[in-house]
Order: sequence, then structure tokens, then C-alpha cells
Amino acid sequence: MDKQPVLDFATDFDHTDPAWVADPYPIMEDLRERCPIAHSNRYGGMWVPVLHEDVSAIANDTEHFTSRTVVVGSGRPTEEAPPAPIGVAPPISSDPPFHAIARRLMLPAFAPKPVNALEGFTRDLCSGLIDKMGDADIVNAGVDYSQHIPVGLIAKMVGLPQDQGDLFRGFVHTILEGIDQPMEVRMEMFAPIEAYIIKVIEEHMENPQDDLTSFLIDAEIMGQKLEPSHIFGTMVLLIVAGIDTTWSAIGSSIWHLAKNPDDLARIVADPSLLPSAIEEFLRAYAPVTMARLVKEDFDFKGCPMKKDDWILLGFPAANRDPAFFDRADEVIIDRVENRHAAFGLGIHRCMGSNLARMEMTVAIGEFIKRFPKFELADPDAVTFSQGQVRGPRNLPIRILERA
Amino acid sequence: MKIHLNSEKCQGHGRCYSLASDLFDSDDLGNAVVLVTGELNADQLERATVAANNCPEYAIEIGA
Ligand code: HEM
Ligand code: SF4
Repeated sequence: MDKQPVLDFATDFDHTDPAWVADPYPIMEDLRERCPIAHSNRYGGMWVPVLHEDVSAIANDTEHFTSRTVVVGSGRPTEEAPPAPIGVAPPISSDPPFHAIARRLMLPAFAPKPVNALEGFTRDLCSGLIDKMGDADIVNAGVDYSQHIPVGLIAKMVGLPQDQGDLFRGFVHTILEGIDQPMEVRMEMFAPIEAYIIKVIEEHMENPQDDLTSFLIDAEIMGQKLEPSHIFGTMVLLIVAGIDTTWSAIGSSIWHLAKNPDDLARIVADPSLLPSAIEEFLRAYAPVTMARLVKEDFDFKGCPMKKDDWILLGFPAANRDPAFFDRADEVIIDRVENRHAAFGLGIHRCMGSNLARMEMTVAIGEFIKRFPKFELADPDAVTFSQGQVRGPRNLPIRILERA
Repeated sequence: MKIHLNSEKCQGHGRCYSLASDLFDSDDLGNAVVLVTGELNADQLERATVAANNCPEYAIEIGA
């Protein structure tokens, strides 16, 4: 059944509407001026804040909002799902106090030191992908480049085979973009990956490796081994959280550079601009929108929120709020002050942010080193993902100069 | 002027230790540690201020 197109985003918001998918930024701007917390009866009730102030307040308010599920869908988690505070995929689905315990367990693996040790692996992966492009005039920076980099890194860290990219991407797609499918259909789509992950866990039990799967199997919380559902949930989380997000961030950066030859030329001439440019791409094209559920009926800034209403927590909208950022709608690659919220705010700050930044730096750095000049081959052919993770999927690029 | 870090607010975004690695470091969890706890010289003050102004959680203050 096709959905009704949205006529007014202030009262009938839907982030899967083609107008939003095509270009959400003018819609955010319009809402900011007349209705900074939009509402919708879709998905059983949903609120959509677009001001930095409100996104930040909600992200930091774990008393009134739960992370029990962070992807908006037509259903709510069933009775069988592990309840708050643990949730199905710790720590992203966990609330305090369990959240801090589950998060602390994983943080050391994602701290700068272990992540930076993977830089050489990442560089080889990226230059190998570019080698494979041969001397084609037009390359697909989405399909043939961006999408493979995070899969390679997650597979290496978690201890999954390197050649199963399609399986993982299909699975992530079902979770993030299949939100209109009935729950039974989605569960059926999960079956093959569930069997696959269980097999990986069993293999690691027999034959421990130096990777995150073996780490989770050995880990203890207060003297107790983790529940099998916790191990499984965290592996699923790493696959889901680490792949489409970083793929989108790399793709959006290349998309921007293809459309803005001056920015590309400046970074090629002075690579020391790359770190601030990456932060600015993260701000302006923040890929990730999260969700919360309202815990109990509650009035937030005059909005009568009901228990189990969704909050669509738009970090991308917060990042374009002119009350918080100077020249918020412009991309300024040497922006000096940039407190962007692309990796979230508060206790759920992206655990993979050091990894994502390293991947972006290496991936974009290698791409512009080998292709110092390029442009969009066909702007109309660029397509964007639908749902809570936004980034270019089909991204044909014409190479104008090779190094 | 000195660096004051509020560890309760720090969530480990890592902006400070990327921007000013001689003034801030990461602990084992990715949260910030201040390397220069005394008075800042002019150059340090400038870079500490940039780091503070990039912290999404407002965890760093530069003050007396
Ligand atoms: C540019 C790429 C990425 C972006 C923009 C991004 C964004 C985010 C955001 C906004 C959150 C906050 C969730 C919330 O408030 O509910 C988050 C959480 C998380 N991210 Fe990322 N992410 C990226 C890459 C990664 C990578 C590579 C990993 C590694 C596996 C990862 C793992 C996680 C985890 C585990 C959490 C949950 C942390 C918690 O709940 O304490 N992310 N991410
Ligand atoms: S930038 Fe702020 S939140 Fe991030 S590590 Fe530094 S002090 Fe902590």
C-alpha cells in the first residue's frame, strides 16, 4: 500500500516522504520558522524537533525519554523484547543505569589508540578499491568505493569474513529502510543473518580469536558472563551502527567535493585542511537521525506528548540551526568553531566516532590524492537513502585528473 | 588562565585531543584528560580556546 504524500510537514511529518528524502534542508528551515516541533499521526504518533536547543534537551533527558528502540517503525517493541534498561542491542537501546555498564565494556576497543592502529589496513583497503576502478572515466563513488570501506573495518574488528559485504548491507537495509514492512516480514528477513551471527559466535567459542566477538564471549559484567542475547545484540548493533552511517558520511563528503571544485582544489593544495573539512561535512551532511520513545504522558514545551509517542531526534536539523551556528546553511571547510552533533549528544555519543573519523580521513584523503579533480557525472542520477541514515547511494563521478 | 575539564559532562567526542594534542589526551575509554594543568602561555591559550569552542558537550572551560 502506497503512503499518502505529505502535504504539511508541520502536522503530518514523514521522514520517508520523497520530498524529505530528496532535500530535507529547506523543510527543516521552514519548520524552524513556524513550528519547531513538528507532529505526525503516522507510526502511531511522532514528534520532530528541529532546533538544536530541543534536540540537545531531549538527548540529555533520559528521565522522560527512553532509547528502548531508536529506529521509528509502525510497531513498538513487543513484550518479548528485553525491556528497558537493557534493550535488544546494548548499549544503544539501553537506558541508565545499565547503559553505562554496557557502554564502558566496549569503549576501550573504540578509543583512539586501537582505532588508529587500523589506519594502515584502511589505507590498503581504499587504495585497493581505487586500483580496481582501473582507468574508467566515470567511477561510482557510492557503489564501488564508500560502501565497502566500513564493511571491511567492521568485519575486521568483529571477526567476520571479508567477503560477506552484500549479506551485511542487505541486513542493515532491512533494519533501517524496511520500516513500513509488517514486523513478521521483517523478522523473516532477519532469519538468515541471525543464523549467520550465531554460527560466527559458535565458531569463536571453539576457536577464540583476537577480535570483538571473542572479547564479548569472554567479557564479564560484575563477575557474570554476558547473556547470549547481549552478545548477539551488540554484534548486530556494531554491524548496523557502523556500516550505513560511515558509508553515508564518506559518500556525502565526495558528493560535496564533486559539486564544489574550489573546496576540492583548496584541500588538494593544502591537505592540512582535511580535518576541519571533515568536521564541516559531518555537520552539514550529518547522516544519522535517532529516535526515542516518550516514557509517560508529559508536556514538553507545550507539546502534549503521550506515552510511546516517537521522537525523531534530528541531529542533522540541530546541525543546521542558525540560532546555534553562524552561516548554518553554508559549508565552510575551515570553520573554526564547530560544536556539531553529528555523533549525537549526551550519554549515547557515538561509540564509533574515532573509527568513523579515521575511516573518513583515510577514505577521502586517498580518493583526492589519486583523483585531484573530479565532478558529478550526472547530478540527476545521484540517489539518497531513505530513512534515518542519509547519504548518497548511487554516486557516478567523472574523473578529470589522475595522479 | 587554565583549562578546566568537567569530566561529568565529557562524553568522549574527542574534538579537544584531536585539535590540541599537546594540551589534551584520551584516556583508555576515549574521554578527555588535561595534559597542561597550570597557567597557559599565549599560544596554548589560543589553542585551548579553540578546543573548548569545539566541544559539543560544553565540558571545557578556560578560566582563572
Ligand atoms: C560517520 C559515521 C557515524 C555517525 C554519523 C554516527 C552517529 C551516531 C549517533 C548520532 C549516535 C547516537 C545515538 C543516540 O543518541 O541514540 C551513535 C551511537 C552509536 N554509534 Fe555511531 N555513528 C557513526 C559511525 C559509527 C561506527 C563506525 C560505529 C562502530 C561500530 C558506531 C557505533 C555506535 C554505537 C555502538 C552507538 C551507541 C552508543 C551508545 O548508545 O552509548 N557508529 N552513532
Ligand atoms: S571534546 Fe569535549 S566531550 Fe569530547 S573528549 Fe574533549 S572534553 Fe570530552
